[in-house]
Amino acid sequence: MFLSNILKNEEKAVFALRSLYRKYGYTPFKMSKFEEYDLYVRNKDFLVSDSVITFTGMNGKLLALKPDVTLSIVKNTKDLPDTVQKVYYNENVYRVSKNTHEFKEIMQTGLECIGAIGIYDIYEVISLAAKSLGAISENFVLDLSHIGIVSAVLDSIGCSRETGKKILTCIGEKNQSGIEKICAENNISGEDCEKIVSLVGTYGRIEKVIPELRAICDTPELKSSLAEFESICALLISSEFSDKINIDFSIATDMRYYNGVVFQGFVENVPTGVLSGGQYDNLMKKMGRKSGAIGFAVYLDTLERLNLVEKKYDVDCILLYDESTEPADLANAVNKLIADGREVMVQKAVPENIKYKQLLKINGKEVDELENND
Amino acid sequence: MINVALPKGRLGEKVYDMFEKSGYECPSIKEVNRKLIFENEEAGVRYFWVKPSDVAIYVERGAADIGVAGKDILLEYAPDVYELLDMNLGKCRMAVAAKKDFRDNTENTLRVATKFPNIAKDYYSKKGRDIDIIKLNGSIEIAPILNLSDVIVDIVETGKTLLENDLEPKETIVPISARLIANKSSFKFKMEQIENIKNSLKAQVKTDD
Repeated sequence: MFLSNILKNEEKAVFALRSLYRKYGYTPFKMSKFEEYDLYVRNKDFLVSDSVITFTGMNGKLLALKPDVTLSIVKNTKDLPDTVQKVYYNENVYRVSKNTHEFKEIMQTGLECIGAIGIYDIYEVISLAAKSLGAISENFVLDLSHIGIVSAVLDSIGCSRETGKKILTCIGEKNQSGIEKICAENNISGEDCEKIVSLVGTYGRIEKVIPELRAICDTPELKSSLAEFESICALLISSEFSDKINIDFSIATDMRYYNGVVFQGFVENVPTGVLSGGQYDNLMKKMGRKSGAIGFAVYLDTLERLNLVEKKYDVDCILLYDESTEPADLANAVNKLIADGREVMVQKAVPENIKYKQLLKINGKEVDELENND
Repeated sequence: MINVALPKGRLGEKVYDMFEKSGYECPSIKEVNRKLIFENEEAGVRYFWVKPSDVAIYVERGAADIGVAGKDILLEYAPDVYELLDMNLGKCRMAVAAKKDFRDNTENTLRVATKFPNIAKDYYSKKGRDIDIIKLNGSIEIAPILNLSDVIVDIVETGKTLLENDLEPKETIVPISARLIANKSSFKFKMEQIENIKNSLKAQVKTDD
């Protein structure tokens, strides 16, 4: 039904993802364009960029153009025992671009699963993340990490918050020499340093990494986080996309909001991550909620240049006419060309900067070819 | 095919030699001409020479899969890349320098001339010092002499240029060396090749002692 050469990548992805999420019982969540600014002030650190476009509403309240969707969804859900609310969205958000330092409209699609979530729900969300990537490109990788393991490793070495933050930055950069330097400066023992370095150094397929993790996880906290992680991994390993899932602890997210599994998706030939998500029970707690939650977002704006095929021409043909042409004859000629499967632009003179395959001129009822660039 | 962004200049040449020893040779790169891109299809590698301060941009945006950039550039621009290896090359330090008789008068705003405004801002904000940043693009050393600034924040290698201009380093902000960086997405899809390169470069890294 949809002409694949007309729809852009991100538009195709929206259709594919919408139908995918519906299959698993996720319902659409449409929200208003604005949100009270107060919501973002209270959870500022959760936002990717902390600048927000604000304005005063008719009742004098300070409103904001949404920089984030998750907070609005969480705000609008209820704590219900034994049920989970499953919603998906497709919204524009407004964030500051790192490169231009200006606000940018970003199309984002994603889903949230909020409530009494269990291992199955976590698995379902991760597998939907993998399927979302699969709908965008055959060549994708979904990186998986567990915040519980990372934070338990940092806790076990007993470093200050400031040092922990620095180490976390190095973990995000896979910067082993940086970690060694920080440890040396802060009198962290060689054994503890080795533990963090091996956490950064162990990545790859689930079946390769899990045994290596068992060797690192020696405290009760680490063991319990690992047990949860292993039970999720066991489900993923038997899924159709197991060869596309990697464990990688360099996914750096804020531990104040995320607690369990976090993940990030990449597709080949897009230089940045196109999907990111995770379990954010800590955010729920901070917002005074009892439920757990997990979700992810797909950044559709990153897909714009994926497999971009340069179009050689703006239009198939330009059809020239003059004062003497009868409008009815012109309309007939255009319809005939379109029926032939060609794109037609009607003009009196050839416009500048338009590349055309064929230049035609109508002469009475006949169409003559003046130029052919094909 | 692995795309490698190398920093133009002496450092880049040393780095290329290390890549060559790792089995990623591309002899045409040593020919004297103005070409900027060199490819060895057999070895599966393509090198290009770029301005040292641009390496991180090429890598962050995926035009290069990996590259070698100074820690100064990584601190200043904070690109979203992996920092895989400290090459222990091109060693120097980021330092605050001033005229020999300089006395930091904390009554006034400190005027800082630098090519690295983010590093300078970060350093002084941690100290709680009020500063005025003067962004320059070169010849930073003359700023204190002409009373354009009180101090400069710049890279110091031997300190000779400073000395010749009657300046001296006052505080070290951070030691600098060249780092092997990788695009995050490329790393996922070319993991084995990038790992191989990293490991064989690591084996060649000279330690200080």
